Amino acid sequence: MSTATETKPKRTIIPFGPQHPVLPEPIHLDLVLEDEKVVEVIPSIGFIHRGLEKLVEKKDFQEMTYVAERICGICSCIHGHSYCEAIENVMNVQVPERAKYLRVFWDELSRIHSHILWAGLFADSFGFESLFMHSWRIREKILDIVEETTGGRVIFGYCKIGGTRRDIANGRLKSIVTELKAIEKECHSITDVFEKDYSVKKRTKGIGMLSKDDAVKLGAVGPMVRASGIASDARKLGYAAYGNLTWELITESGCDCHARLMVRCREIYQAFDLAYQAADKMPDGPVEIKVTGNPTGEFAARLEQPRGEVIYYVKGNGTKNLVRFRVRTPTFANIPPLLKALEGCELPDVPVIVLTIDPCISCAER
Amino acid sequence: MSLMKIAGLVSGWALRKPATRLYPFVKRETYPHTRGHIEIDIGKCTFCTLCEKKCPADAIAVDRAAKTWSIDRLRCISCNACVEACPRKCLSMANTYSPAMLQHGIQTFAQNPAAPAEK
Repeated sequence: MSTATETKPKRTIIPFGPQHPVLPEPIHLDLVLEDEKVVEVIPSIGFIHRGLEKLVEKKDFQEMTYVAERICGICSCIHGHSYCEAIENVMNVQVPERAKYLRVFWDELSRIHSHILWAGLFADSFGFESLFMHSWRIREKILDIVEETTGGRVIFGYCKIGGTRRDIANGRLKSIVTELKAIEKECHSITDVFEKDYSVKKRTKGIGMLSKDDAVKLGAVGPMVRASGIASDARKLGYAAYGNLTWELITESGCDCHARLMVRCREIYQAFDLAYQAADKMPDGPVEIKVTGNPTGEFAARLEQPRGEVIYYVKGNGTKNLVRFRVRTPTFANIPPLLKALEGCELPDVPVIVLTIDPCISCAER
Repeated sequence: MSLMKIAGLVSGWALRKPATRLYPFVKRETYPHTRGHIEIDIGKCTFCTLCEKKCPADAIAVDRAAKTWSIDRLRCISCNACVEACPRKCLSMANTYSPAMLQHGIQTFAQNPAAPAEK
């Protein structure tokens, strides 16, 4: 007769993804369960690898801007910006001041729409359908402003090496700020629910814990690391016009899903504020300068996407094609912390925890 | 309190007009700068092939000898690179999207009126 100490609990492996109702994009996780408790998670990625980095052999460095923008749909805008920042640093291009502020303005609009999109998906992951719909209704207004000013709803395509493709007239900029203030007011109707609602708190508080030490050790980035109490944001490096704006880093100390939710909700308002500041301080002048020659040298640009810090490495040898192009995306960095956060959780909480890294698998697999 | 907030939000919208449109009867208006599809004023084209060289998606093909300009609408990513490169400004970005296609085809524009305008 076996005793309780001798008997090992039976383990079951449940495949999660790549097709799963809660996942907007494909990632596969093998969940090793003991009863309903997750004891181990084995990830497998690579379902949508497209080999975009290798395209530098065929496309010249100017054309690669379009490729970089299409690495991902949601953070497309900052992908294009990151690539341009990296090339501009290699080529010592001084971007006009107005272009720097315009880049901040559009980057922050991108952050707002990405965070609201995520908030909607997150609400959907724990079955709060009406909150999902209202989040996306508000996001649509941001997309309208983006389409009007850049020409694209999701692929903004505003960035080019040496500046921006488009400008916003000062009069229109002021009226956009007025519209944004109305949208900001409307955002409170959803973020208050995320913050205080009983059922939201019940599904997110104390779930998916990622301690401060683990966040550092496993290299978490973006809202994931800031929700574990670490003040880390690439915007503080002062690229574009961020160095001229006044803002404080948002951190939470909860280390759980609710803390990550709160970081993103608070960042929505911070992004509004940064967009107002950029519009207010935007100087007059040209928005682009002509760039001649080919890049020689290497540079690693660090920018903050809605999901966290992205690293763009470019290396040129004086020809029109880059020698090396490498992108380290925030979702890729956040997969090891996600596995840690999943350990010990209950099976029904898995979708909620997976969503808190804001998984963007298009980015991660490029 | 938050329960009241979401209840108010949901019931408020139940009494208003829907936030969505009754497509296809009501269509969404695009903006003047919306990147919809590429149009060409073929009469002004000099067939310099700059647009073909600048196209990152290889969607444009220019035939100097036959004086034709072709575009594969399904390859085109509406990035505006050809419009920015065109020295004669004969390319423009229309703000309406290309209609859905039943068959994948390449649209060809010819400067010579004797040649077929489209195939």
